[in-house]
Amino acid sequence: MTTLPENLSYTEEHEWVKVDEASNTALVGVTAFATKQLGDIVLVDLPEVGDTITAGEPMGEIESTKSVSELYAPVTGEVVEVNQTVIDTPETLNEDAYEAGWLLKVAVTELPDSLMSAEKYGELIGE
Amino acid sequence: MSDVTAGAMRPRQSPLHKVHADLGATFTDFAGWDMPVRYTSDLEEHHAVRRSAGLFDLSHMGEIRVTGPDAERYLDHALAGKLSGLTRGRAKYTLLLTPEGTVLDDLILYRLAASAEGDDRDEFLVVANASNVDADWDALSRRAEGFDVELTNESEQTALVAVQGPRSAEIITRALLASTGEARANGFAVQDISDLKYYRCLAGTFDDAPLLLARTGYTGEDGFELYVPIEKAQALWDLLVEAGGDELRPCGLACRDTLRLEAGMPLYGHELSTQTLPAQAGLGRVVALTAKEEFIGREGIENADMTGRRVLVGLAAEGRRAGRAGYPVVTASGETVGEITSGTLSPTLGHPIAMAFVDPQYADEGTELALDVRGKQVPATVVPLPFYRRA
Repeated sequence: MTTLPENLSYTEEHEWVKVDEASNTALVGVTAFATKQLGDIVLVDLPEVGDTITAGEPMGEIESTKSVSELYAPVTGEVVEVNQTVIDTPETLNEDAYEAGWLLKVAVTELPDSLMSAEKYGELIGE
Repeated sequence: MSDVTAGAMRPRQSPLHKVHADLGATFTDFAGWDMPVRYTSDLEEHHAVRRSAGLFDLSHMGEIRVTGPDAERYLDHALAGKLSGLTRGRAKYTLLLTPEGTVLDDLILYRLAASAEGDDRDEFLVVANASNVDADWDALSRRAEGFDVELTNESEQTALVAVQGPRSAEIITRALLASTGEARANGFAVQDISDLKYYRCLAGTFDDAPLLLARTGYTGEDGFELYVPIEKAQALWDLLVEAGGDELRPCGLACRDTLRLEAGMPLYGHELSTQTLPAQAGLGRVVALTAKEEFIGREGIENADMTGRRVLVGLAAEGRRAGRAGYPVVTASGETVGEITSGTLSPTLGHPIAMAFVDPQYADEGTELALDVRGKQVPATVVPLPFYRRA
């Protein structure tokens, strides 16, 4: 398994957040650990541009051949961009969870205190 | 994501566990066993079985050997099928029923072929689901009372490896030929492998140990299952990998599930349970009500009122949103008339498929229903099983 990118923050629900402080936006996605556990992703259901997401609340679904999982918002804010690539080709999430496989760009109003460093998340998943 | 866990468990391990770990498999707990759920991609593994061949470790399955002068009479008493008179070297799909006539397990029964090596004992092998081995062993042992039979639970000592897919006969022929360099050294002639018919088996040897080679499987493709003692498992696996080359891909349990679902095959715990009568699951033909006399479950089945009981159907939908086990099946007006037992986005067909128990008045082919997928209605049509049939 690839090492966890150091420049991202992580949640217990296996999402990652990449904050751009200059624009006060964040890219959010799911971790490679999660996509490996889920198997081949075949469907991603995401909120739309303009929707508000709330940290810790369900914001969408991710579905593999084996199972369905709820996606939880890792931050609070308004969705400003949705990655059409992962909707059209969900397998992008298996191939590149941290770059091409980003899910949403969010105008952040609140970053929860519970976000973890790569090191801490790595301990959580035993890597 | 709520159902992704990083917790540690201590399930049982296959004799091939290290092989899987070295291949980078993702493991899952299956019936108390730590088994490979996939190696790289369950979709690619699924397609490999449909297009070429896949290699599965099924060592978690249970094996119970039945011998003795009363073996045929005993099996007719203990199981649902007519098993006396089964020709040697043949296999039969059968059921272990409760006295109430519901399904305790579904099984493959082999009557072992005479071995060319001179070991000519008449033996039966019951192959059971891993989740049910203990219950099966209890029931089969209790039912043996009064019969001159000997039962041996060989599950712990037996490894099972399956090669499934259109290329499987060639691969196994190459592998077993390579294992000795001689055409007859496995106890049967290598041309016997490609000549072997579906649901037949050969008795032979592999590396001086007994080998049962059967043309059976759970994928809807041509394929073989090979039973050897656990200490030979890795040598057999390595031999098959070597002979298979690019044509043979290690496959995990995730694709085994999507393959069997496309093939309309029931999975115990989903389509079958101690709440299910065989006829509800379309398995009435497996119960030998006319071909034999007394057996455990007969009375329950004969006394069961089938009126209004839900029956198993296939459902096909459009789009990519699949119904999953436990989701309701509803009518256009939203009335719940059934429940999904297995469902997925079919990798081969490209649309969602599901098996479900529905009220009998909604079971006719072509009936328009809907899957309640987490509150969203996905239109679905009752279709005949299997969803996929090999050319």
